[in-house]
Amino acid sequence: MKILVAVKRVIDYNVKIRVKPDNSDVDLTNVKMAMNPFCEIAVEEAVRLKERGVASEVVAVTVGPKAAQEQLRTALALGADRAIHINTSAETDEKVESLAVAKLLQKVVEEEQPQLVILGKQAIDTDNNQTGQMLAALTGLPQGTFASEVKVEGDKLQVTREIDGGLQTVALSLPAIVTTDLRLNEPRYAKLPDIMKAKKKPLATQTPAELGVEVASKVTLLKVESPAERQGGIKVGSVDELVEKLKNEAKVIS
Amino acid sequence: MSQITPVSWDDPFRLIDQLDEDERMVQQTAHDYCQEKLLPRVLEANRHERFDREIMNEMGELGLLGATLDGYGCAGLNYVSYGLIAREVERVDSGYRSAMSVQSSLVMYPIHDFGSEAQREKYLPKLASGEWVGCFGLTEPDHGSDPNGMSTRAVKTDGGWRLNGTKTWITNSPIADVFVVWAKDQDDVLRGFILEKGMKGLSAPKIEGKFSLRASVTGQIAMQDVDVSDDQCLPGVQGLKGPFSCLNRARYGIAWGSMGAAEACWHAARQYTLDRKQFGRPLAANQLIQKKLADMQTEIALGLQAALRVGRMIDAGQLVPEAISLIKRNNCGKALDIARVARDMHGGNGIADEYHVIRHVMNLEAVNTYEGTHDIHALILGRAQTGIQAFTAE
Repeated sequence: MKILVAVKRVIDYNVKIRVKPDNSDVDLTNVKMAMNPFCEIAVEEAVRLKERGVASEVVAVTVGPKAAQEQLRTALALGADRAIHINTSAETDEKVESLAVAKLLQKVVEEEQPQLVILGKQAIDTDNNQTGQMLAALTGLPQGTFASEVKVEGDKLQVTREIDGGLQTVALSLPAIVTTDLRLNEPRYAKLPDIMKAKKKPLATQTPAELGVEVASKVTLLKVESPAERQGGIKVGSVDELVEKLKNEAKVIS
Repeated sequence: MSQITPVSWDDPFRLIDQLDEDERMVQQTAHDYCQEKLLPRVLEANRHERFDREIMNEMGELGLLGATLDGYGCAGLNYVSYGLIAREVERVDSGYRSAMSVQSSLVMYPIHDFGSEAQREKYLPKLASGEWVGCFGLTEPDHGSDPNGMSTRAVKTDGGWRLNGTKTWITNSPIADVFVVWAKDQDDVLRGFILEKGMKGLSAPKIEGKFSLRASVTGQIAMQDVDVSDDQCLPGVQGLKGPFSCLNRARYGIAWGSMGAAEACWHAARQYTLDRKQFGRPLAANQLIQKKLADMQTEIALGLQAALRVGRMIDAGQLVPEAISLIKRNNCGKALDIARVARDMHGGNGIADEYHVIRHVMNLEAVNTYEGTHDIHALILGRAQTGIQAFTAE
């Protein structure tokens, strides 16, 4: 069975996000980038399925600027067999929205015919949590989102989903779409010899135009702001003072 | 027209942009492993003077041991990558970096470059995986900076050699399976030998009571009539060139590693002085503190650039021992200064091990001394520019 894994280049989770001075967007200048952590979990799951003999090939795909090939190399070093880079120009890469990504992935799915597509449940940059679901709708494939356990049984897939207040187990027919939650697995480190071997693995490049997908943004970004700085607390001298402040300063009681 | 870009206070020269994709990935793997798996262990290991043996297996699994070598299960990385690994490991602890660099530069490298094919095949895969631990015996109780005066002797026997002598301050020796030992033969020619644990007459007692590199085990190598076959002699080298070529590579790694320790101290001091409020404001609001932070940033940024430059030279096939002496001496000395100042900036908390800085101070005392002391490297540099050796009175 062939597995397609989608990965995304995002700001490293350790980096403190900086907003551009004109509030037009997040400032990406000189910021450390990395593979989205949920995508790492997706790669790990695919590689484990291959190691268990369930999968025969793992293909990693990303949509992004040329620099995003670094995340594909990481996926190859972690055990993917080959990679597909859908190259978006530097001017538009920040604006490629979930729907455009899902349409591009749909084309890749049509071309590659994987039995399983694994994505992160969301990317930690804009936290949309949409691409996997949209891809399922576009391809007409069943979806198991927020997976904490994935079991392949013949042509069926059993996915345990993390939902509010518990776990839900669904059975899907393959081919299917799975999005990963945090507890699905603990991704491995890329081994140094594998990093060197990854250079020799094939990486194909395509453009949205070649795939016939329009990636222009439908959404206008108005403003990006940092969260308000937390104000320090104060000590009140008496219950009366507290009530007075709640009434007149905080205005939470009347 | 150049554009003003936002400052990266922790990487003012954008070293990260000077690395290629492989180098960045290697650094990432090393960084993640060290921060997630080594850092949580180091406090107890240092406090109780204990080396967790399985660390060698973990490092081997990731390919951190002998990473520059080709084949035999090794990754075949360049020397810049090796430096980046040393920096990440030593950001956690110089003792862990010592264990790694001894295995890589002082044991696997000489077996790879000076050993026979049979020796390479026998030793390198198990040293690369961490199944075997290696150590390197050059320093002796009476011969430190002057290894050529060594007392250890190898006397030719029928079909082999008989070794006698004592080596000291040997990283990893009490837990070593493989010992690369340097000894002089009857004609005063220096030769390298590979000894194995369990050989008759070979012992490796632990040195107790170290106040430095406590998370790494250090010992002696005592050889009393140790008989080895000719197969255990390294055929590819004679003379001081053998150990010195190993030391050059290890010293280069130390120049990177010491900067990792310095960075850990600098970052800790910055965060501590930002968080700690005295007289109603953060310590970092004081000019004295900011001056110290600026000094640390400056020395580390320059030291890393120098280390990167030497790494690029080695990768281009130019191994200049004097350049290695320069960065080993400079970076270890500066790292020690930075660690001591960072300790000071932590006030009383600075002496507690849970703040990590005092451990780096203690470690760097050894790092500044081993593999050529600060002063001995000055003599190497002095000789190179005056043409006059000042090691001995003539």
